[in-house]
Amino acid sequence: MSPILITFYCLAAITLATAFLTIYSKNPIHSAIYLVLCFFSIAGHYLLFNAQFLAIVHIIVYSGAIMILFLFTIMLMNLNKENEVHKPRITRLGAIVVFVVTSIVLTTIFINSKPIAGEYPTTGEDFQSIKVLGKILLNEYMVPFEFASILLLVAMIGVVLLSKKEKPGK
Amino acid sequence: MNNILNQIGIENYIFLSVLLFCIGVFGVLYRRNAIIVFMSIEIMLNAVNLLFVAFSTYHQDSEGQVFVFFSMAVAAAEVAVGLAILVSVFRNLGSIDIDNLKNLKG
Repeated sequence: MSPILITFYCLAAITLATAFLTIYSKNPIHSAIYLVLCFFSIAGHYLLFNAQFLAIVHIIVYSGAIMILFLFTIMLMNLNKENEVHKPRITRLGAIVVFVVTSIVLTTIFINSKPIAGEYPTTGEDFQSIKVLGKILLNEYMVPFEFASILLLVAMIGVVLLSKKEKPGK
Repeated sequence: MNNILNQIGIENYIFLSVLLFCIGVFGVLYRRNAIIVFMSIEIMLNAVNLLFVAFSTYHQDSEGQVFVFFSMAVAAAEVAVGLAILVSVFRNLGSIDIDNLKNLKG
C-alpha cells in the first residue's frame, strides 16, 4: 500500500466516523464540533486532489462561516439535551432500512454503470491552480459569478428581515 | 504532474461519497432536531461536492471545481436563510422539534 492510499483511508475513516457521530450525538454542540472535523477531513480530501483553491474556500466557508452560524444558533436557542424525545421506534427502524437500501442501490448503480478505466491519463496541463480557476471563473463563468453575489446579497437581506424582532404592539 | 487517481482509484471516492450521502439521508430521517437535520443536509451537499472534485480530476477538467464553488455559495445562502427561519420558529413555538411543525396539515 502506498502512503497516499493510507492517507486516503485514514481521511475517509475520519470523514465517515465524524459524519455519523454528528447525527448520533445527543448534544447539538457536540454535533457541531464533529461536523467541523468532518469538514476539515473533506478539505484534506481536496488537498489530496491538489485542489488548493477549493480546500481553502471550503475551510473558510464551511468550517469558518457556516459552523459559526450553527454554533450561534444553537447558543441562541439554549437547547437542553434532555429536551429531545426520540422518534417512535418504527420511524427509526424505517430510517435505518432506508439508509441500508439507499447505500446498496447507489453502490450497485455506480458499480454497474460503466466499466471504470484502469488507468487515468494525465494531460499534463494545469487545470486546478488558483490562477487558472480565477481566469475561468471571471471569463466563462462571469455571469453566474455575479448572480452568486446577488444571491448572497438577497440572502443577507432576507435573513435580516426574518430574524428581526417584531414589536409586541403589532 | 502525476494523477492522484492512479494510486487511489475513482471507485474509492465514489463509495466514500455514496456512504457520506446515505449518512446524510439517514440523519434527515432519524433525528427530530431541526438543526441536526440542517447539518445532515450539509453533509449531503459535501458528499456531492467531493464527487464533483473527484470527477474533475478524473477528466482533468476544471469545470467541476467551478461548479463546486457555486454550490458552496448556494449552500451558504441556504444555511443562512434556513437558520433564520429556525430562529423565528423557535421564537414562536418554543422548540425546533420538526414534529411540532404541522400547522399546515390539512
